[in-house]
Amino acid sequence: MSESILQIRDLTVTFATPLGPLVAVRGVDLDVGAGELVAVVGESGSGKSVSFLAAMGLLPSTATVQGSVMLDGVQLVGASAKQMRSVRGRLLSMIFQDPLSALNPVHRIGAQISEMLRAHQKMSERAARARAVELLEVVGIPQPGDRAMQYPHEFSGGMRQRVVIAMAIANSPKVLIADEPTTALDVTVQAQILEVIQKVQKQFGTAVVLITHDLGVVARVCDRVNVMYAGRFVERAAVSDLFDAPTHPYTRGLLASLPQAGKERLVPIVGFPPNMLRPPSGCAFRARCADAISDCEHAVPELRAVGAAQSACIRAAELMQPR
Amino acid sequence: MTQPEITTPVVTPAAGGALLSVRGLVKQFQMKAVRGMTGRKRVVQAVSDVSFDVAPGETLGLVGESGSGKTTVGRCVLRLIEPTAGQVMFEGVDLAKLSFEELRVVRRRMQIVFQDPYASLDPKMTVGASIAEPLVVQGVGGDHNEKVVSLLELVGLSADHARRFPHEFSGGQRQRIGVARALALDPALIVLDEPVSALDVSIQAGVVNLFNDLQARLGMSYIFIAHDLSVVRHTADRVAVMYLGKIMEIGDAETVYEHPTHPYTKALLSAVPLPNPRVERSRSRIMLEGDVPSPVNPPSGCRFRTRCWKATDLCAMQEPVLEVRSHGQLSACHHPEE
Ligand SMILES: Nc1ncnc2c1ncn2[C@@H]1O[C@H](COP(=O)(O)OP(=O)(O)OP(=O)(O)O)[C@@H](O)[C@H]1O
Ligand SMILES: Nc1ncnc2c1ncn2[C@@H]1O[C@H](COP(=O)(O)OP(=O)(O)OP(=O)(O)O)[C@@H](O)[C@H]1O
Ligand SMILES: [Mg+2]
Ligand SMILES: [Mg+2]
Repeated sequence: MSESILQIRDLTVTFATPLGPLVAVRGVDLDVGAGELVAVVGESGSGKSVSFLAAMGLLPSTATVQGSVMLDGVQLVGASAKQMRSVRGRLLSMIFQDPLSALNPVHRIGAQISEMLRAHQKMSERAARARAVELLEVVGIPQPGDRAMQYPHEFSGGMRQRVVIAMAIANSPKVLIADEPTTALDVTVQAQILEVIQKVQKQFGTAVVLITHDLGVVARVCDRVNVMYAGRFVERAAVSDLFDAPTHPYTRGLLASLPQAGKERLVPIVGFPPNMLRPPSGCAFRARCADAISDCEHAVPELRAVGAAQSACIRAAELMQPR
Repeated sequence: MTQPEITTPVVTPAAGGALLSVRGLVKQFQMKAVRGMTGRKRVVQAVSDVSFDVAPGETLGLVGESGSGKTTVGRCVLRLIEPTAGQVMFEGVDLAKLSFEELRVVRRRMQIVFQDPYASLDPKMTVGASIAEPLVVQGVGGDHNEKVVSLLELVGLSADHARRFPHEFSGGQRQRIGVARALALDPALIVLDEPVSALDVSIQAGVVNLFNDLQARLGMSYIFIAHDLSVVRHTADRVAVMYLGKIMEIGDAETVYEHPTHPYTKALLSAVPLPNPRVERSRSRIMLEGDVPSPVNPPSGCRFRTRCWKATDLCAMQEPVLEVRSHGQLSACHHPEE
């Protein structure tokens, strides 16, 4: 991997809740190389969104963020609100599942994009409007000049997500975080949006972190995968290695549970993810793991190299041997 | 309102006679006039002339993009809503001809399970009471507790779950509770409307297995509605692909997935991301342009033609009807893939 543009170290996020502190993200490390497309996958509640909302400085005041998030040499943890406003949209952008939440219903699409441009760049109103139309074209909106004059409600779900991507890349950020950007869309539209994201990555060299729980999407577009479970990364690997030779029992479980042509019977992962208010000692997956041994209760396993991948299973190497 | 045109229905006859026969089903929704639109009523063509059979013990998958009419078909079949036109025959009886009381009895034999395990259970009722509710409503006598326990065990839960409340259960468990409730009256047909869409894949697998196991044991039929084509492939014997209220292609599931003949089916299948990087990176993909048109003003002729790369003038002028293709399935296309 080339030098990393986004470097996360020991990121921990704790929410104050009426039931006590909830540690949603537990010491996460991540490196994203310039222009890379990496995936973050994991079950609902595993901490995918919270990790990156923390990086964006978008968590509510009940959250305490510890650790380090370096973006192109700038420390984001502990940065002031003013500093974060200057970073968001310029260096780091994030898009979400629901594009409507990112759009202002009473402003024209073109005006919203040019406002985004002028917030970070010295630009005349006219130049910004022209650039907005260009951006709409980049994300594949037909008749971008006319569409720029319309309002969000005049756009379909897929078209809105394109607009949100146009806004997110308006100021050529180094990193784009896409949090389940296609989950609410139909598959034919999902395919279009994934193409737009890949185009942005290739054409502008934007690094993309794609958060998803769809392993099919990962297989289609990502270079590297980070698998999250109960607030930690438990495996990271190149996409082909992950599917060919998963190193963590949770990853193996995920793959076994997927319906695929020719598969006779699905194998669910037994049990449920742990309650994050009272997580178990040791490996958080052990209660659901058929390969757990008593050692799994003791220390929280760190990510360690297993072949070309990294795995947080103390038995990874042993279990990878053909049995 | 223009009278919906009903073409001669063509269906693949279900082996051994049909449990459910749907013929020429039409459902239109009247929409209130929008302000400034001079009081003209708009009509949503949600389902337009749909015909199919479901055999006893069979699973028919219903796939298609959002708004294609899948849920509306399911609700018309159960007569939760009144069809605009067409016939629904269940166990040889035309549901439209039944009195209210007769319909109530037939309804026991048909159940529905919804997508959202959170919304479909009453939070103030114990799980046991929720499961027994259909028995109470239908005035079934006998010991409900015993029945509830056997139903809980049938869906992989245990007797002591009966006294607990829905919020104490996970999504997958709640979906199991919904299934137990649907099974209470020994239905012959269950409409499963996106039954696993809200669940994580690792949990989804267990619920999918449950549906398959229950069917093997109890022999009921399913209409399995989903937009996840991989799940449907795994569960369905036959599959119907819907687009804008019409069936575009219907037939044996393996055949339709392996040899799609309708361009829409091909495009839909090629859009589905498969969890296999080698396959994903080598296969050619059909990129459909644009979005699904409005069901208020569906395109003339073939409804798919505005997004179809094979469309010709004929497709705009004449609506294709379902025809048998060489692998045995039916598709409605002037330029089918063979
Ligand atoms: N504002 C908050 N206050 C308290 N707890 C929170 C808050 N936001 C998130 N959490 C908790 O943090 C954990 C991680 O949530 P997060 O949203 O990151 O999950 P996720 O992996 O993105 O899941 P999904 O796939 O459902 O989006 C969960 O247990 C969640 O309940
Ligand atoms: N009560 C209603 N009033 C007006 N229009 C309706 C009503 N119910 C459904 N529709 C419309 O009918 C069409 C078919 O809807 P339906 O819910 O059957 O689609 P679906 O295939 O189940 O979609 P999804 O995958 O989103 O659940 C849509 O255009 C929908 O907006
Ligand atoms: Mg999330
Ligand atoms: Mg529906």
